[in-house]
Amino acid sequence: MVRLTLTGNHCVAYAAKLARVKVVSAYPITPQTTIVEKISELAETGGADMKVIKVESEHSALAAVYGAATAGLRAFTATSSHGLLYMYEIVWWVAQARIPMVMAIVTRTIGPPWNIWTDHHDIMSLRDSGWLIAMAENNQEVLDETVKLFKITEDPEVFLPGVIGLDAFILSHTVEPVEVPDQELVDSFLPERRQPYVIRAGEALIMGNIPSDLLANFKMREGVHRGLRNAEEVIERVDTEWGKLTGRYYGGLVECYRCEDADYLFVGAGAWVGDMRIAVDKLRNAGLRFGVLKIRYVRPFPYAKVLEAVRGRKGVLVFDRSISAGSAGPIFLDVTSHLYFSKLKVPVKNVVAGLAGFDVSYEDFSRIGEAFAKEVSESGWVDSSLVFYP
Amino acid sequence: MPLTIRDLPREKYVLPGHAACPGCPETIGLRFVGMALGRRAILVVPAGCTSIIQGLMPGSGLAFPIINVAFASADAVASGVAAAKEVIGEDSVVVVWAGDGATADIGFATLSGAAERNENIIHICVDNEAYMNTGIQRSSQTPIGAWTTTTWRGKTEPKKNMPLIMASHGIPYVATASVAYPMDFIEKLRKAASIRGFRYVHLHAPCPIGWRFDPSETIEIARLAIETGIWVLMEVEGGRVTISPPSKPYVDKSRRKPLVEYLRRQGRFREISDELIRELEREIDEYWNLLLKLSS
Repeated sequence: MVRLTLTGNHCVAYAAKLARVKVVSAYPITPQTTIVEKISELAETGGADMKVIKVESEHSALAAVYGAATAGLRAFTATSSHGLLYMYEIVWWVAQARIPMVMAIVTRTIGPPWNIWTDHHDIMSLRDSGWLIAMAENNQEVLDETVKLFKITEDPEVFLPGVIGLDAFILSHTVEPVEVPDQELVDSFLPERRQPYVIRAGEALIMGNIPSDLLANFKMREGVHRGLRNAEEVIERVDTEWGKLTGRYYGGLVECYRCEDADYLFVGAGAWVGDMRIAVDKLRNAGLRFGVLKIRYVRPFPYAKVLEAVRGRKGVLVFDRSISAGSAGPIFLDVTSHLYFSKLKVPVKNVVAGLAGFDVSYEDFSRIGEAFAKEVSESGWVDSSLVFYP
Repeated sequence: MPLTIRDLPREKYVLPGHAACPGCPETIGLRFVGMALGRRAILVVPAGCTSIIQGLMPGSGLAFPIINVAFASADAVASGVAAAKEVIGEDSVVVVWAGDGATADIGFATLSGAAERNENIIHICVDNEAYMNTGIQRSSQTPIGAWTTTTWRGKTEPKKNMPLIMASHGIPYVATASVAYPMDFIEKLRKAASIRGFRYVHLHAPCPIGWRFDPSETIEIARLAIETGIWVLMEVEGGRVTISPPSKPYVDKSRRKPLVEYLRRQGRFREISDELIRELEREIDEYWNLLLKLSS
């Protein structure tokens, strides 16, 4: 193990090397570029045994790694914002083909206007596609979760692709001290690649011709859902195992910060969870018992864990850094739809904030939390379920 | 020694149960791909007629390993497959089998990118000169004057010259072929398979449904394209064009059959004007002159 100061993007690159990825293909887009650059450097001068295919578009980047993964190798790509939207067709193709692979998304606003700062509209567009979606809070988690995703996605109970989301600039370009595990440790953790099938010369195996049986096709789509549900247990198991090896256990699907005696919960995903932690400490100093429920995996959505965390609270504030336009924030939608079936009657409010990279500080979280506690304690409920901040 | 029918392997790669139309040139072409490359071939197939022709999952009428892929992604997927097979050390020939749409139109940027990177793949454009799978809509490979379901009075723009565009990428091998000349096609594929880097083979494939001729006439129409000089069999290596033996006689313009013999056999040209026929003839002459210049 070495301790280095690394940006989130370089953590991604080192994780790909540690996972012994064999084929990388990517197209540069700000703020993902330094991932591609670092990977190229590691491949050309850093002793990483990787082929880097420098394609002409993101559509081709994901297609190329899909080809390499289908042909039997561990493969990786990274993109952001418009790059992800440009490869969107292939995103669905990879999931339905049940080909495990890993991608990093440096979460960035979608234009117009051109805007390189972070929000979560890009990564949230993946949530129906069948990919596992992990969201990191800090650079150590970026590195750890990227390595773990290879093991999780290649588990026979899952066999689906996965993304690691890291917030543009807040993580991607910010340097933090990071423990980089030894290659031997990662080798002992990651088994040889497993995948449901490999396309080989001389074997008349065909992937993707027209179905004769639509029910079989229906079951394939259902299977994608079931694979994601199975992933819950695999994520917990792999995180526990990683924790034993490195001392860093993240809580599996969610992490609860100061939840034990909390009256109110912040719920959120991504880098701003760090600001929520500070806000919780401040609010507690002011006599308001808040906690944070950090959503580490948006897919599979950890609804059992969420319900467990929400049970008995006076109020829950869900922060979304994107919105399903015409409805509400996607995390709020997931939280509340599962609450309905649990018959838990807890006031939940959705705060859509930080869009287009508009900064949200711990002071903002404190302010919002304070107002929310007041609203709930006075009225016993919330007057509107969705607010934009500011 | 020229290749003869006795030299060809007997293994079959196109089987009963495929879903091609009667007289389909694609199954003819796929048979020759099997004969040329055999068990080394891995096919990457974007959306197009061959998506259907394979037959119904979980069975198939084709005996190749095939990855079906999204329309504009074939050469990128093939790049990844080829890279992986090189790392693994598996003896294989990665082939993109794509129609004119997936080659020259929606898939063009992907194709051009893979060619520029000189990826170790063979791209075969099976050119039936329109989007046949979706119901005969015009493509950039539809010739001027041809009726399609999106050009009711005949297409007004000429066919984009893909073989020379691909040759301009400076790739190691470009060839044209025709379903009517199997030995020529098979020899070119075997030669392509012996070369490393990006190889492009453009296969002329007359479609009875889209071109409006009887399904029994596919080979005759394909042969007439050579004999009238509207399709030229050739190879481009190192920037130099070599006219292939079946087209050699037609270097001499006087030996070419009149173009109308080709056009009159196809319902798609039923309403072509005399002016457009002259335009097509002019195009053919210009193309031959250019090829001869590039071959000297």
